[in-house]
Amino acid sequence: MFYREAGQYKTTYAADQQIFPIRQDRIGIGVILVLALLLPLVASEFMLSAIAIPFLILALATIGLNILTGYAGQLSLGTGAFMGVGAYSCYKLVTIFPEVNVIVHILLSGVFAAAAGVVFGLPSLRIKGLYLAVTTLAAQFFLEWCFIRISWLYNYNASGAIEVPGREFFGTLITGPAAGGTTRYYVVLAIVVVMTLLIKNLIRGRIGRQWMMIRDMDIAAELMGVRPLVAKLSAFAVSSYVCGVAGAMFVFFYLGASEPAVFSITLSFQVLFMAIIGGLGSLVGSFFGAAFIWILPILLRVGLPALGVDIAAETVFQVAQMVIGALIIFFLIVEPHGLARLWAIGKEKLRVWPFPYA
Amino acid sequence: MDMLYNILIDPFVQMVDAPDFLIQVVWEGFVAGVLYALIALGFVLIYKASGVFNFAQGIMVVFAGLSLVGLHQKGVPAWLALILAIGIMAILAVCIEKFVMRPLVGQPDIILLMATIGMTYFLIGLGEVIFGGEPKQMITSELGLPTGSTAFEMGERGLVILQHIDIAAAVIALLMVGGLAVFFNRTRIGRALRAVADDHTAALSVGISLNQIWAIVWFAAGIVALATGIMWGARSDVSFALEIVALKALPVLILGGFTSIPGAIIGGLIIGIGEKVGEIYWGGLVGGGIESWLAYVIALVFLLFRPQGLFGEKIIERI
Repeated sequence: MFYREAGQYKTTYAADQQIFPIRQDRIGIGVILVLALLLPLVASEFMLSAIAIPFLILALATIGLNILTGYAGQLSLGTGAFMGVGAYSCYKLVTIFPEVNVIVHILLSGVFAAAAGVVFGLPSLRIKGLYLAVTTLAAQFFLEWCFIRISWLYNYNASGAIEVPGREFFGTLITGPAAGGTTRYYVVLAIVVVMTLLIKNLIRGRIGRQWMMIRDMDIAAELMGVRPLVAKLSAFAVSSYVCGVAGAMFVFFYLGASEPAVFSITLSFQVLFMAIIGGLGSLVGSFFGAAFIWILPILLRVGLPALGVDIAAETVFQVAQMVIGALIIFFLIVEPHGLARLWAIGKEKLRVWPFPYA
Repeated sequence: MDMLYNILIDPFVQMVDAPDFLIQVVWEGFVAGVLYALIALGFVLIYKASGVFNFAQGIMVVFAGLSLVGLHQKGVPAWLALILAIGIMAILAVCIEKFVMRPLVGQPDIILLMATIGMTYFLIGLGEVIFGGEPKQMITSELGLPTGSTAFEMGERGLVILQHIDIAAAVIALLMVGGLAVFFNRTRIGRALRAVADDHTAALSVGISLNQIWAIVWFAAGIVALATGIMWGARSDVSFALEIVALKALPVLILGGFTSIPGAIIGGLIIGIGEKVGEIYWGGLVGGGIESWLAYVIALVFLLFRPQGLFGEKIIERI
């Protein structure tokens, strides 16, 4: 009843092919965007910098992984390393060309990550599944090693870490330690929204359908004229590009400084969890998954002591880890297709409400 | 030219110049390889019986070692702690079967893989809550394992030092593989295990209880994990860092084949020796530390030529 497209007639091809063909969807997206824009008015600095900003960035990284694993069906455990490539190349670009706008650098740094992704994606032409996961693990450990050993990457810094210099965007400081949380939030929000829209269109289009064909049945896809080489490598390239941009943003807008350990396999797993809990092959699921994995531990850390459960700070962290592990298993058992599936079921229910079925 | 000399000739000159050092390096690699092989063995057991790629094997090793040491620290005698640790692994196996594997029967591989990663998170948290996060000393001598070392003179060429615990590790690994081979081939349960590995449905139809078999196989993997935990703990401390090392089992399995127990052993040895020798003789050329990724690259190259591994049963799905 609330979510029903009956009566919404499409009279042009353009109207028929728009991204959100249902009016309620358009209204919903609009409301969410307005709320996101208004968030800094009510949220504290802590909420913006420690929750909202990393949530948006990790959601973007999850979308990147989802392109590869969810849409193109290639399992990857190297997301963290590809994010690292983005972060380090952005740092190099910013220090070599300080006069160019930092947003341009962030968007460019994804290109380097894409190149790395294509190189390590080459084995996918011959192998798949768990075997491919091993080659992406090779990427993870090799690139991590590069971040430690190649001192040119961090400008021969004695600490081995990269520190983000302050950069301005039309007169406002947006990176570095001095930049305000609200400013950074808006920049991150803008980039994430624009990139999500672009990816949504990419997936609806020819190339996205090719990825899904390869995922569902590679041999059939090949017989129908999809070139596996092009489809797979483009999935690796686009996925790594998005991850690279997310990685650059992770350092430039969230961490402020970073060492190689940030982009370790832990981050790869975290993003993979987000993709799976959210739902493979779903963009809205990427946001759900990122929210679940990123915000839940924070809630537990803040919430458990508040509930009167009196335990040491260290123990809270460990309990949070246990709870997350248990919840992951629980979700896999209850709904293997992720939160996005629950969302879809909810929409179906709303469509026929107040009747149990139509 | 200089570069080529450094890569192609110089390492071999060094090897010939100091054979005792080479033997020492190969021995170190061999011992590391035995431990990789033990971890890979746990993977293979579970993969064979249930087709699940058990990511949690690494943390099971840590958990087994931690419960052993933790119980001993609480004042339990070593032999009782060992029995209790075996009991804990049995309880863990039953719980995993009941709460994780049974509800997830028939799900795609990636879901099962994720479930084992979820288990990893849970066990890390549980282990830290119960035993604390700091590294612990393994109770080597209390368990009756040798701790000394023997130096072998090699004429005038120097000497090679072998730790007794390493020899013990190799012997125990060998016994364990032998025991498992007998168990798989000669006992009723072992045959049932192989039947389940071949075809779940067919095994069910001839009256084999899948749930029981899975609990047994997870328990067997738990025992292997305990042995690995003791051996690894005796060389370095029992700590959660082992979890990353356990990922090395993946290239080992690619080399040996996902379903082969001898393959796990040989693959482990090749990876162990290969990465030690590579690190010592070639690592210096690129700044060292290549141990962290060399194993994966070896596996990568290997995949191009023999995707089913050295002893794998069938050709994997090729594209």
